Amino acid sequence: MKITSQEDFWAGMMFIGFGAVAIFIAQDYPYGTTSRMGPGYFPTWLGIIMVVLGLAVSAMGLKVQGEGVSKFAWKAMFLLAVAFAFFGWSIDHIGFIPAMFVLIFLSALAGRDFRFKEVILMSVVLIIGAWALFIKGLELPFPLFWWR
Amino acid sequence: MEMSLFSNLALGFQTAVSLQNLTYCFIGVFVGTLVGVLPGIGPLAAIAMLLPATFNLPPVGALIMLAGIYYGCQYGGSTTAILVNLPGESASVVTCMDGYQMAKNGRAGPALAMAAVGSFFAGTVCTMLIAVAGPPLAEVALKFGAPEYFSLMTMGLIASAVLASGSMLKAIAMIFLGLLFGIVGTDVNSGMSRFTFGASGLADGLSFVVVAMGMFGFGEILSNLERGQDASGRDLLTNKIEHLYPTWHDIKVSTGSIMRGTAIGAFFGTLPGAGPTIAAFSTYALEKKVAKNPEQFGKGVIQGVAGPESANNAAAQCAFIPTLTLGIPGSGTMALMLGALTIQGIAPGPQVMTQRPELFWGLIASMWIGNAMLVILNLPLIGLWVKLLTVPYRMLFPAIVVFMAIGVYSVNNLDLDIYMTVFFGLMGYLFQKLKCEPAPLILAFVLGPLMEENLRRALLISRGDATVFFTRPISAVFLILTILLLVVMILPNVRKKRDLAYQEPPGG
Repeated sequence: MKITSQEDFWAGMMFIGFGAVAIFIAQDYPYGTTSRMGPGYFPTWLGIIMVVLGLAVSAMGLKVQGEGVSKFAWKAMFLLAVAFAFFGWSIDHIGFIPAMFVLIFLSALAGRDFRFKEVILMSVVLIIGAWALFIKGLELPFPLFWWR
Repeated sequence: MEMSLFSNLALGFQTAVSLQNLTYCFIGVFVGTLVGVLPGIGPLAAIAMLLPATFNLPPVGALIMLAGIYYGCQYGGSTTAILVNLPGESASVVTCMDGYQMAKNGRAGPALAMAAVGSFFAGTVCTMLIAVAGPPLAEVALKFGAPEYFSLMTMGLIASAVLASGSMLKAIAMIFLGLLFGIVGTDVNSGMSRFTFGASGLADGLSFVVVAMGMFGFGEILSNLERGQDASGRDLLTNKIEHLYPTWHDIKVSTGSIMRGTAIGAFFGTLPGAGPTIAAFSTYALEKKVAKNPEQFGKGVIQGVAGPESANNAAAQCAFIPTLTLGIPGSGTMALMLGALTIQGIAPGPQVMTQRPELFWGLIASMWIGNAMLVILNLPLIGLWVKLLTVPYRMLFPAIVVFMAIGVYSVNNLDLDIYMTVFFGLMGYLFQKLKCEPAPLILAFVLGPLMEENLRRALLISRGDATVFFTRPISAVFLILTILLLVVMILPNVRKKRDLAYQEPPGG
C-alpha cells in the first residue's frame, strides 16, 4: 500500500475524522424515528455518509496519481491566527486603537517583506481611516482605549 | 399581465431613482469594481465584510448596495484580467485567455469596450427576464411543500458539486461537511444544543459571516502570502490603450457571442448551485466550437472576451431569480443577500414579491441602473483601477485584515466570532492544500438547517414513508434531474470535457 495521491488520502482522512466525531457526539442526542426525527437523527446520518465518502476518497488516494501537497506557510498561519485572535480578545480590554495597532503590526509580520517604517505609517493611516469610518461614521460602540 | 409588468417595473424605477437609492447603488457598484479589481478578495468576502455596515440602512437601500457590489465585481474582475492577466475573481479567469492576448496586441481598448457592452446587454436582458419570470415562479413556489423544497435543495447542492472544479467525490463530501457545520446550534424542534461544545455563543449556530470570512478572506490571504502574489511587478499594459472603440468587424463577430453568452449565463445563473464561473467556462468552450477560427482562440480573439463576459454577468444577475422567488440561495453570495434580508426583519421567500413589491422591483430596476453606471463609470476610470494594482500586496493585505476583523466583530460584538473565523480560515487553507472545493460546502452550510427541517416535515407528514419524494410530481422532477446530472457527469466523455473546461489558461 502506497499513498500515490497525498491530497486525496488526507482529504479522505479528514472527512472520516469529521464524520466519526459527528456520529460520536450525536449519540448523546435522542435519535427518534424516521417519522418523528429526534435531534440526533440527521447528524448521525450525515456522519455515516461522511465516513463512507471519506473511505472512498482515501481509497482513491491509493490508486490515482496526485500532485502532492505543497508546504504549509506555518509562519504566516501562526502570526495571522495570533493577530486575529488577539484582536478579538483585546478590543474590549485594551480598546480599539491599541488592538488595531497590534493587529496591523502582527499581520504585516506575516508577510514576506516587512518594512518597519512603512508599517508604522500604514498603521496610522489605517487606524485613522477605520476610526472615521466605523466609529464616527457607522457609530460602532467600541472603546477607543483601555480608559475608554 | 402585460400591464402589471409595466406597472411593476414603473414602481421599481420609481423606487430605484430616488436620490438615496441611487447613492447606495453608486457606492455598491464602485466598491464592487474596486473589489473586483483587487486580487485576493472576492465578492463573497467583500459582501460579508460590508454586511454589518448595512444594518442601519433601510432594507431596499441595503439590498441595492449589496447587489451592486456583487455585479460590480464582475466588471472589475474583467478589467484586470484583460490588462494584467490577473483575474480579480474566479469568473474572470476565462477572460484572461484572450483578453490579455488582445491587450498585448495593443487592442486592450476594444476588449474592454466589448466586455462592457456585452455585460450591459446581458444585464439588460436578465433584468427583463427576472421581471417576466419572477412572478409566475413565485406563484409556483407558493404551492411548494416540504418534499419539494427538500428535493430542490438536493438538486442545487448536487449541481454545485458536479459543476465545481476538481474531484466530484470530494465536492460531495464537502456538501455533507457543510450540512454538518450548518446544523451547529440550537435544534428548533427539540430546543437541544447540538455541537456547541458548551459555548453559549454558538447557541444561535455558526454565523455565515464567520464561515465565509474565514474560508474566503482569511484562507485566501494565507495562500496569497504563500504565493507571494504581487501585481506591482507585473507588466502593465496601460500605455497601449490607444483607442477604446471596437471596429465594425469586432462588433459583428461579437454580437452572436454576446447573445449566446447571455443565454448560457442566464441558464447557469438561475440553476441553484451553478454560477458565473461555470457559465463563463461553458461559453468559452461553446464559442471555440462555433467559431470559424477556433485555432485563433487563446491568441486574442474578441469572441473569447465578449462571450464569457456576457455570460458571467448574466449568471450573476439571474442568480437572484431562485433567491428572490423561492427563498433558496443558489450560492454563498446569494445566501448573504438573504441574510441581509433576514437581519432587516424580512423573511425570505415567495411572499416577498407580493408583500414588499417596492423591495423586489426596486432591486431589479436598480440592477439595470447599476449596469448603466458601470459602463459609464468604468471606461473612463480604467487608468485609476490599473494604478490601484501597483499598490504592493504587502500594503494591501493588512488593510483587508483590518476590514475583516472589524467586520466580523461588529456583527455580534463577540470575541468567539473572531476565534471561529481563525478556525475556518485555517480550515479553508487546509481545504486548498487538499484540493477540496469550498463552494459546495458554503452552500450546504446555508442550506443545512433548511434541509433538515424540510426532511423532518416531509417524513412527518408521510408518516416515515420516504417514497413521498418520488410520488409528489414536482419533487420527483427535481430528483430525477439530480440523478441525471450525476449520471451524465460520471460518463467518462463528459467528465473529460468538464476537466478540460476548467484547465488553467496558459500563463494564468
